[in-house]
Amino acid sequence: MEFLPDFDVKRPLTIVEAVAMAAMKNTCFLAGGTDLMPNLRRGVGNPKTLVDLSAIAEMTEINETDSGLCIGGGVTLQQLIANPQIQRDFNVVMEAAETIAGTTHRYTATVGGNLCLDTRCQYYNQSEWWRSANDYCLKHKGNICHVAPKGNICRAAFSGDLAPAMLIHEAQVELISTEGRRVVNLDDMYQEDGANSLTLKQGELLASVTLSKLDGYQTAYKKMRVRGGVDFPLAGVAMAVRGSEDNLEDMRIALTGTNSRPIRLEGTDALKGKPLDEAGLKALGKLVFAQVMPMRSTFTPAAYRRKVAINMVRRLALNLLCQAYSKR
Amino acid sequence: MANNSKTILKLTVNGEAREDLVPPNILLIDYLREVVTITGTKSGCDGGECGACTILINGNPTLSCISLAVSQSGKNIETIESLATNGRLSILQQMFHEKLGTQCGFCTPGMIMASEALLRKNDNPTDDEITKALEGNLCRCTGYVKILESVKAVIGDNARVRV
Repeated sequence: MEFLPDFDVKRPLTIVEAVAMAAMKNTCFLAGGTDLMPNLRRGVGNPKTLVDLSAIAEMTEINETDSGLCIGGGVTLQQLIANPQIQRDFNVVMEAAETIAGTTHRYTATVGGNLCLDTRCQYYNQSEWWRSANDYCLKHKGNICHVAPKGNICRAAFSGDLAPAMLIHEAQVELISTEGRRVVNLDDMYQEDGANSLTLKQGELLASVTLSKLDGYQTAYKKMRVRGGVDFPLAGVAMAVRGSEDNLEDMRIALTGTNSRPIRLEGTDALKGKPLDEAGLKALGKLVFAQVMPMRSTFTPAAYRRKVAINMVRRLALNLLCQAYSKR
Repeated sequence: MANNSKTILKLTVNGEAREDLVPPNILLIDYLREVVTITGTKSGCDGGECGACTILINGNPTLSCISLAVSQSGKNIETIESLATNGRLSILQQMFHEKLGTQCGFCTPGMIMASEALLRKNDNPTDDEITKALEGNLCRCTGYVKILESVKAVIGDNARVRV
């Protein structure tokens, strides 16, 4: 791996200072750095200034709200997992956080960093000499997406695990820049473009994320990856269900690792009020098949990831309904 | 190379308060090995995937190959060099030696520091908890069984028998 490029580091103590420092071009935020630092060492991105967020105390708080929980962007994944309210009311978020990277990374990696994670691709997350020998790619310095050469859009995969879990809980993010503060649905922070998957403006900081509680639902997160620890998802599924196998009352599903953004599975309303029998599971599988779009962005074949996504969704739905039944 | 000015970094390394002039883009592992000149911490994959460079920052296990030195201002850093006292290995180090948890030795500083962090928080971890704590540490000799046995030899009754 190469040496770090030449950059300056600023360490603000408040959000106001941080966004003022980040308003200039070629500046980027540094949270835990567990993804950014390897990328910088591989020569993808060449910021002139890094604004290190680790000294901002106001971003490391977890506070209860009327309907849920407000989590600071600088909260580490370890803090998140150890939080009693997360353990009690946000099981899917806790399960997702526990699967992210390895134990050591989670002491440093943050909630904001994982939500704003750069998309990944086998043609992008490589060394400079590897990428230059391959004439670079659409996401960085090149003109062609090697995953989909005929298209004009980058197909790198969004690989954050927290985003789908938080989408299940109707997450809203608080974004702050020198132009002011705005609150948007987490779903709107993403777009289906691997080279530009976040809709954040230059210098906009994810200060906090607010989750709403889900009463009466069973929730869980499942992820398929090559290595049991320290690996990104080939596909990840977050789910919340209410009801029983005989009568599915409600179902929320979000996926990661399959598209350039985390996706909420649409069309599950059609399955409501019915038993989740063989026909129901088949219909559910069809919804996943139609909406996930794994591409050749990993060494693992795309068709396999699609099958895995379908089977994980079906299996998780049955498991959660069984859990709901046994809790009656 | 560096256009950006150096800053004074104040922190504690293995109990010693230090002030060093460092460039903004120096990694913590390079600071430890080249400025502080303690070379027990190893650089394995060099990209946050193998855990060989694990050290403790304020008691938490952290990967020094993907951490910036300047971000550690005011923090307490502990490396493998901090464990032995007066030339005597710590019991955890001794067990890695006796139970053959060390083969080629390259992953050992990281394995021991990650285990040390676990044992300080939980003095009687289960096998699963040890495995989970070491999930980010790779051993290319694949000596995992011996490594787990080494950590287990330190806990509970095993440790009392030793001491």
